[in-house]
Amino acid sequence: MYVPVKGGEQAIDNAARLLAESRRGDPAVPELTLAQIEGQLAHAVDRVMAEGSLYDRKLAALAIKQARGDLVEAIFLLRAYRTTLLRFGASEPLDTRRMAIRRRISATFKDLPGGQVLGASFDYTHRLLDFSLAETGGPCPAAAKASQALPSDMPSIADILEREGLIEREPAESGGAVADLTREPLRFPAARPVRLQALARADEGFLLGLGYSTQRGYGNNHPFAGEIRHGMVTVEFVPEELGFAVALGEVELTECQMVNQFKGSAAQPPHFTRGYGVAFGHAERKAMAMALVDRSLRAAELGEEVTAPAQDPEFVLYHGDNVEASGFVQHLKLPHYVDFQAELVTVRDLRREFNERAAGRREAAE
Amino acid sequence: MAMPGIADAKLAPGFADPGRDSQRVFRAALAAMAEPGRIATLDLRLQPTPPLGLAQSALALTLLDFEVALWLDGPVAPAADYLRFHTGVRLAARPEDADYCLIAGPLPPLSSFKAGSEEEPEAGATLIVAVAGLLGDGPWRLKGPGLPHEGRLGVGGLPADFAAQWAQNQRAFPRGIDLFLCAGSRLVGLPRTLTIEG
Amino acid sequence: MPNRSKVPTPPAAAPGPGREAAGDARQEWLGVLARARNADLQMLWRDLPDKPSWTRLRGPESGLIMLRGRLGGDGRPFNLGEMSVTRCSVRLGCGRVGHGYVGRQDAWQAEVAAVLDGLLQEAASHQAAVAGIIGPLRRIEQDRRERASRQAAATRAEFFTVARGEA
Repeated sequence: MYVPVKGGEQAIDNAARLLAESRRGDPAVPELTLAQIEGQLAHAVDRVMAEGSLYDRKLAALAIKQARGDLVEAIFLLRAYRTTLLRFGASEPLDTRRMAIRRRISATFKDLPGGQVLGASFDYTHRLLDFSLAETGGPCPAAAKASQALPSDMPSIADILEREGLIEREPAESGGAVADLTREPLRFPAARPVRLQALARADEGFLLGLGYSTQRGYGNNHPFAGEIRHGMVTVEFVPEELGFAVALGEVELTECQMVNQFKGSAAQPPHFTRGYGVAFGHAERKAMAMALVDRSLRAAELGEEVTAPAQDPEFVLYHGDNVEASGFVQHLKLPHYVDFQAELVTVRDLRREFNERAAGRREAAE
Repeated sequence: MAMPGIADAKLAPGFADPGRDSQRVFRAALAAMAEPGRIATLDLRLQPTPPLGLAQSALALTLLDFEVALWLDGPVAPAADYLRFHTGVRLAARPEDADYCLIAGPLPPLSSFKAGSEEEPEAGATLIVAVAGLLGDGPWRLKGPGLPHEGRLGVGGLPADFAAQWAQNQRAFPRGIDLFLCAGSRLVGLPRTLTIEG
Repeated sequence: MPNRSKVPTPPAAAPGPGREAAGDARQEWLGVLARARNADLQMLWRDLPDKPSWTRLRGPESGLIMLRGRLGGDGRPFNLGEMSVTRCSVRLGCGRVGHGYVGRQDAWQAEVAAVLDGLLQEAASHQAAVAGIIGPLRRIEQDRRERASRQAAATRAEFFTVARGEA
């Protein structure tokens, strides 16, 4: 129970001003520009867009600046802002097979068609602090260029395994409306499209921990990173007035296809199943964790025993949103004066009864 | 899903300032439903697209979007493309499939519109109806939520048995439909909670 | 049926409008205008002679598009998250209507794209708009794609499996 508390207006105003000055930091140091955040803190921007559920690099950079680099706060700011905007409609489904590839690797086939494209990745660095970056103004490093561009068509790992019928196929069309968590509340049982929408905007740390738990045996699903691809995908939209699809631009996406063992059933021979992850920007950890959790949430559908948290849709989907989680955890900062007064009275009463009973026992023993 | 494109000739400007204008109209619509029977006049820079009147145009531009379905009767059917262009609204082929209905001809029986369900009464249709005239001191006596005293209203151009149909609508509460009656730039709200006598 | 064909990927060599169907050509130039960088379009627009007069029919207004993905990349659609979009529709002095879309918050570019869409549909102004705007934008975009793809291609690895016990 909350009671209105009056007063403190001056203190609140001053707290806001103190925040503004603290945000700016030392005035002798140049102020951050949004272009700097967008260009040089790209992964922070990616994460804020993914979990803020809004692809807009500039707005994400602004949110990061305003939140002083607190990414969960920035995500909250972006989510709040998007509620003020009109929605024009929904895009045509993105075609990640026609992605302009920046990076594409497979842990299952060393020589898959199109090749292993390492791209810009931390994976092949030594993870030693590079003190040369502590200085600014050094020469701008230049990337190498091959003489040929990459082939425009790179088959996905699923295409390759499908040729032998070794992997499950996804039915392509459902017809009908696509459920939308931003319009209708989460209900259970939640179908896979709803689960993927929730996972795509879920907290990366939460998914990472859950995905890890499946690898450690809490709902083990024997994953292989079939393919991870990162690059640019064209967004198409059919405006009312035109009646045909136009490109609105490109979005940077990371996609992960996990390939998982499935022992089969009476009706189906053994084959591979799929876990799927996709995230805005270059976000492999997120996409991989999402793919692990997507697969573990399919346990019941695939007739596997449901024993672990990562296999429980209610546990996962109700707790993965960091705007909700942060709000509920932090609401404990709000005044609970009356609740606590009631608790105090109760505890004092109970202690008095306890002491009286103890005194009674002592008397009886004497 | 997607419809054929829209002929260029049918495209005309909507609100001069979509953000502010739609907020003002929304506020007026809210007030009209909160005080049933009170006639409001929209003061707005908007060139209505024939055959829609100003209040009908303004309500449609404000309330419709791509997530709702609209049915238009014959006389206002030419406005379909204009509304698709500005709001992205889907068109319903039949009145019973529509969330919103724009009507300028004879009002079909109220039973032909979506009334929602006991679980989701908000799914009942909203009708935006052009009428021949609105009179503040007419023969209808109005009672219900939002009216501390009995209200009066006169409406020209509704079917003779409208009051009986309305009583039927009211008995279905919480299911039911809601009406906006429009005459030029004037509008009045008839929420399903309203009792009409006379 | 509406034309729901996929947007063509920008061709390596810029084709003349006579070589493609009118609908495809419009789809392509709308895409070029949507993907263009603001700074590139600013520069080209400034140098374009004979700018028309126009009135706004809708917008420019910023809003959202819900981006749809597919389960497993190829299955049923699901809602992935939203994207900023700005749109604008204008009527040129000659009566021609143009539409502009940009995949971010950019009122200026959406409006100029709409004006250019109008000019590109008019026989009298088509060539000048292609030569002054669309052609150069295509080349800039092509160069950017080519550069990014060749940089990625330079990181393509050939992995060898080392036989056990070897060395």
